[in-house]
Amino acid sequence: MIDVSIIGAGVAGLCIATEIAERGGTVRLYDRKPSIGAHACSWWAGGMLAPFCEGMNAEEPVVRLGQQAADWWDKTAGGVNRNGSLVLALGRDRSELSQFARRTTGMDVVDGKQIAVLEPDLGNHFNTGLFCASEAHLDPRNALATLLIKLQAKGVTVKTTPPTMGPKMIDCRGLSARDALTDLRGVKGEMLVLKCPDVILSRPIRLLHPRIPIYIVPRGDGVFMLGATMIEATERGRITARSMLELLTAAYALHPAFGEAEVLEIGVDARPAFPDNLPRIRKRGNVIYANGLYRHGFLLAPALARMTADYLFDGKRSEMMDED
Amino acid sequence: MKQFYGVTLKTPLMLGTAQYPSPAILADAFKTSCASVATVSLRRESGRDKSGQGFWSIIRNLDVHILPNTAGCYTVKEAVTTAHMAREIFDTKWIKLEVIGHTDTLQPNVFGLVEAAKILTQDGFEVFPYTTEDLVVADKLLDAGCQVLMPWGAPIGSGQGLNNLQGLRSLRAHFPDIPLVVDAGIGLPSHAAHAMELGYDAVLLNTAVAKAGNPVEMAHAMALAVEAGQAAAIADPMEPRDMAAPSTPVIGKAFLT
Repeated sequence: MIDVSIIGAGVAGLCIATEIAERGGTVRLYDRKPSIGAHACSWWAGGMLAPFCEGMNAEEPVVRLGQQAADWWDKTAGGVNRNGSLVLALGRDRSELSQFARRTTGMDVVDGKQIAVLEPDLGNHFNTGLFCASEAHLDPRNALATLLIKLQAKGVTVKTTPPTMGPKMIDCRGLSARDALTDLRGVKGEMLVLKCPDVILSRPIRLLHPRIPIYIVPRGDGVFMLGATMIEATERGRITARSMLELLTAAYALHPAFGEAEVLEIGVDARPAFPDNLPRIRKRGNVIYANGLYRHGFLLAPALARMTADYLFDGKRSEMMDED
Repeated sequence: MKQFYGVTLKTPLMLGTAQYPSPAILADAFKTSCASVATVSLRRESGRDKSGQGFWSIIRNLDVHILPNTAGCYTVKEAVTTAHMAREIFDTKWIKLEVIGHTDTLQPNVFGLVEAAKILTQDGFEVFPYTTEDLVVADKLLDAGCQVLMPWGAPIGSGQGLNNLQGLRSLRAHFPDIPLVVDAGIGLPSHAAHAMELGYDAVLLNTAVAKAGNPVEMAHAMALAVEAGQAAAIADPMEPRDMAAPSTPVIGKAFLT
């Protein structure tokens, strides 16, 4: 009988808990706080399930394993929008588009008319772009909340007291696990949540730029998530004026109506990452560490959860395990 | 090979550490490139509270000379502050001094550059100034105490190659004893080889490798290029001439028929 304590109720911990519970195991969840929220970096995620676009800068496993994500989330939390994603570039950055197309798979070149059909509000601004039909997005906070509600329905609660050393622990503390995982580092990200009812988008838009690449993810009701910077630092408390300026300038360039947007939230956190920016499962004694989701929390947590459960239930070693 | 503030470099390639897909690829690219110097930019926000430690330790483990830079500084004050932070964090007197003057081209503000170079040299720094190919500015930088010059090939990250060959040649001719590095603008191995063929002492590049589809393979190509260019410069290349000169002897052949 599988019986585990999971420390950390961010996207990694909740997905692993869900996967174990689905397979009939018993789970206890521990976190600093009794409910999900801003203390976990997945709270600030974009929620793009975009394995093909991420392939531009990520290693092959991200593209392959990330393709499982949309189905997993659909099955466990629902709320997955399968409208694809759109990749655009402004005037003189157009060469970025051809490079992006060359180095990724699953992209179709679309012209201005097709862009206008996909996103009527952008049709007049762009005459070429890339469309990845098979990608999806979700609202990360809703998804986490749904996982937690479903776990609670199975009797799992989040305890804030430190766990007693049980037979098996799964450590999903993210960056806090640096005390044990010395090759884990933080990559700072800054994001904004905007309210802009004047713009309607149906899918995430990536705006390529040699200096300031951004993405905008529609959250519904005129709310958008605008992200995200990538800075090699663990600092998680504050946004700089420059980052704010760059993010907003890029949004304004995508559509001038974003100039009128209300800034609802400013989010800053640090993503936990290993040197190759791929997640790891490490077993040390009675503790299994599942960590390093980097900027691919919602994209790779389903695969991380499956592989962790495969190891627990069947002793199956996966490609994410790099030590005993 | 000339010395850079008393240091002889094993290879004439200096490689930047920004924009790689991951630190693991960065480390592999360094190994393949045989680069002898790593430039690293220090953001003032992460310098102040040392929050970049995780990344910096990866740079330190590359086991090459570390040349911190003041990238993104627009004023003398910012550049000087950043240089001091860098000296403390990386424990080196070396500083690649950038004082940017123009947001779009990232062209150096040469007036601020000379001023900052003077201040930093007096503070005991060994300054590697990112400058243009302007001879007068070069002279002023040497007056300010710089013992290395780093003229641009083209704007940072543009990959355009060597935009002003004549200017770079002239700089080499005027300062035969000063270590000269082409810094910025390199997009292809042929650009790097060309810089070395002009008799430059090293090449500094970042984006060309970091943003290649396969950074490790491009790092290898750059290693071959600087080696070829350097060997060519040592070999004293032939002079180009207008008249064709057959490489097989014509004597004895009935060329007047």
